Amino acid sequence: MKTDRFQHPDHYLIDELLTEEHKLIRDSVREWVKRELSPIIEDYAQRAEFPRHILRGLGEIGAFGPSLPAEYGCGGLDQISYGLIMQELERCDSGIRSTASVQGSLVMFPIYAYGSEEQKRRFLPKLAGGELMGCFGLTEPDFGSNPGGMITNYRDRGNHYVLNGAKMWISNAPFADIAIVWAKNEEGRIHGLIVERGMEGFTTPETHNKWSLRASATGELVFDDVKVPKANLLPGVSGLKGPMSCLDSARYGIAWGAVGAAMDCYDSALNYARERIQFDKPIAAFQLTQKKLAEMVTEITKAQLMNWRLGVLKNEGRATTAQISMAKRNNVEIALRIAREARQIHGGMGITGEYPIMRHMMNLESVVTYEGTHDIHLLITGMDITGIAAFR
Amino acid sequence: MNIMVCLSQVPDTTTRIVFTADGKSLDKSGVQFIINPYDELALTKALELNEALGSGSVTVVHVGRADSESNLRKAMAIGADKAIRVDADATDSIQVARELKAVATKGNYDLILCGRESIDYNGGVVGGLLAELLGLPLINIMTSMSSNGKDAEVSFDVDGGRAFAQVSHPFVATCQKELTEPRIPNMRGIMMARTKPLEVVSAETDSGPTQVSRFDLPPAKSGCRFVDPADMDQLVTLLHEQSKVI
Ligand SMILES: Cc1cc2nc3c(=O)[nH]c(=O)nc-3n(C[C@H](O)[C@H](O)[C@H](O)COP(=O)(O)OP(=O)(O)OC[C@H]3O[C@@H](n4cnc5c(N)ncnc54)[C@H](O)[C@@H]3O)c2cc1C
Repeated sequence: MKTDRFQHPDHYLIDELLTEEHKLIRDSVREWVKRELSPIIEDYAQRAEFPRHILRGLGEIGAFGPSLPAEYGCGGLDQISYGLIMQELERCDSGIRSTASVQGSLVMFPIYAYGSEEQKRRFLPKLAGGELMGCFGLTEPDFGSNPGGMITNYRDRGNHYVLNGAKMWISNAPFADIAIVWAKNEEGRIHGLIVERGMEGFTTPETHNKWSLRASATGELVFDDVKVPKANLLPGVSGLKGPMSCLDSARYGIAWGAVGAAMDCYDSALNYARERIQFDKPIAAFQLTQKKLAEMVTEITKAQLMNWRLGVLKNEGRATTAQISMAKRNNVEIALRIAREARQIHGGMGITGEYPIMRHMMNLESVVTYEGTHDIHLLITGMDITGIAAFR
Repeated sequence: MNIMVCLSQVPDTTTRIVFTADGKSLDKSGVQFIINPYDELALTKALELNEALGSGSVTVVHVGRADSESNLRKAMAIGADKAIRVDADATDSIQVARELKAVATKGNYDLILCGRESIDYNGGVVGGLLAELLGLPLINIMTSMSSNGKDAEVSFDVDGGRAFAQVSHPFVATCQKELTEPRIPNMRGIMMARTKPLEVVSAETDSGPTQVSRFDLPPAKSGCRFVDPADMDQLVTLLHEQSKVI
């Protein structure tokens, strides 16, 4: 692959809305990505393998739970910093960002928000450093958009719980050391359990033959009478709001990440259009190409502004589920459209691994589905503005 | 060791260079400034030397205005313990060297590292001037260094080859590419940089003795013209009459 010379478009001088520290964080992650990830990502994606050797590096640059407090080995950074880190990772590959989202928002966040002090001290510092990896088990074979219907369950057996069921489509599952598993108790209430690799009856078969997120490992979680110590139950939450609050945090990161992927496609398309000569002119000179590029940069600019504003609201503790949902849906959708248009601009070259376009496009097909599908997010906005839930 | 690293900032390598209307200075609007890459190597080397010795302190020193402070903060995020900014517009090499000397004489440094040159003006003389002003040995274009804190083993580029030497501290060295790999700030470093001291000191003089009257850009490259190899006369005529090189 060619040297990564990515530069982000900033049509509305949004950099001026960032602090010096935000820019230092973003630029450092970008530099790290260019040095450590860009040269290898295409190869790992082609081989459908997750580059495990980068986990410590990801921990060091702050990819894992950067906004959780420093006393647990995390960064104590604000939400805009977190967003920028996700943006830079997904600028390289949605699969790498997925690993970071899962670790930070879906594993560390619930332990921090709902875990006991002992659980926090035991797990958070190692998760922040990438020494320990986690995954998040909510989706089941028969319950995707409707997770409340889940059948995975646990029963109280005196000094421990016994867990049964199966989760599907779980990012990081094949190599995760721990899993945050959402399951129902005897009364049908959803609770979170920390299931550890090595517990008897717990297996994590890998999902093969994906055409999307190939550089991210996906698998199942299978629980066959797994004995889980009572100390591994997250004491601070019950009901669907537990997993849903985690999704708010992860979706916020996806809203930023998708813009990263969009900007990479745009940057590549812009450079290609300037250099590729057809009919004795750079293809950037043709009106139809300019239309595509102009629309791309406009959508990117709108999405950048949306992310920044959402970040400010999140810093103030005011971002609502509906606002986050709108940004996730919009930004992933524009990223997908931009990836498809960028692929057209690259002509035949666009389908090869010489350029990141096709990889981004295929990755985004997962991103538009996970963490709430595009349509489910439309229904969330619909419910928000009409007051009527149209899910069922 | 107590190490001073001289740090300048330069336009990002992808910048399109545009001058102000009077042609006397770079139009800085929209230009992104980065730490001069050779100075980044000097900083990394300083950190590595102290890590190998197990103790020490690294101070980055910069002659410039407040707009450079984000790069000084970055240097501290990479690992420098403190930063000193001499508040002046850097106009020429001797002025910068004199200001650095003033800082160096107050600091009791075992080692002073500079980049071999800055990648904007490519003067490549600040290190040499500084060594002279301080009366210290200079290792110019240094490619490797190890030290026990008292004496150092170094190698440096000379015309057409490489020299190997021993030198006692204190001394001044200018850093060349192979010396080390630059470090990227990590999250812990960025957090720690928040509370590290950035001292601003006033300059000895306002500006240096050199005043730039005008900058010119190199003439734009003209297109490539092909001449039929059989037609030598045409080639000679073109070189003579159009390009006026013969
Ligand atoms: C690569 C990858 C990684 C993933 N990682 C994880 C993970 O780490 N942890 C985890 O728990 N899950 C994970 N998921 C699962 C993901 O969250 C689900 O795929 C998603 O929630 C959709 O569920 P489903 O696939 O069962 O689709 P379904 O829910 O069956 O949806 C199918 C279609 O029906 C539509 N639909 C469903 N209900 C309605 C309705 N009420 N009104 C209108 N349309 C509706 C949907 O929009 C969609 O178009 C991952 C998925 C993928 C692809």
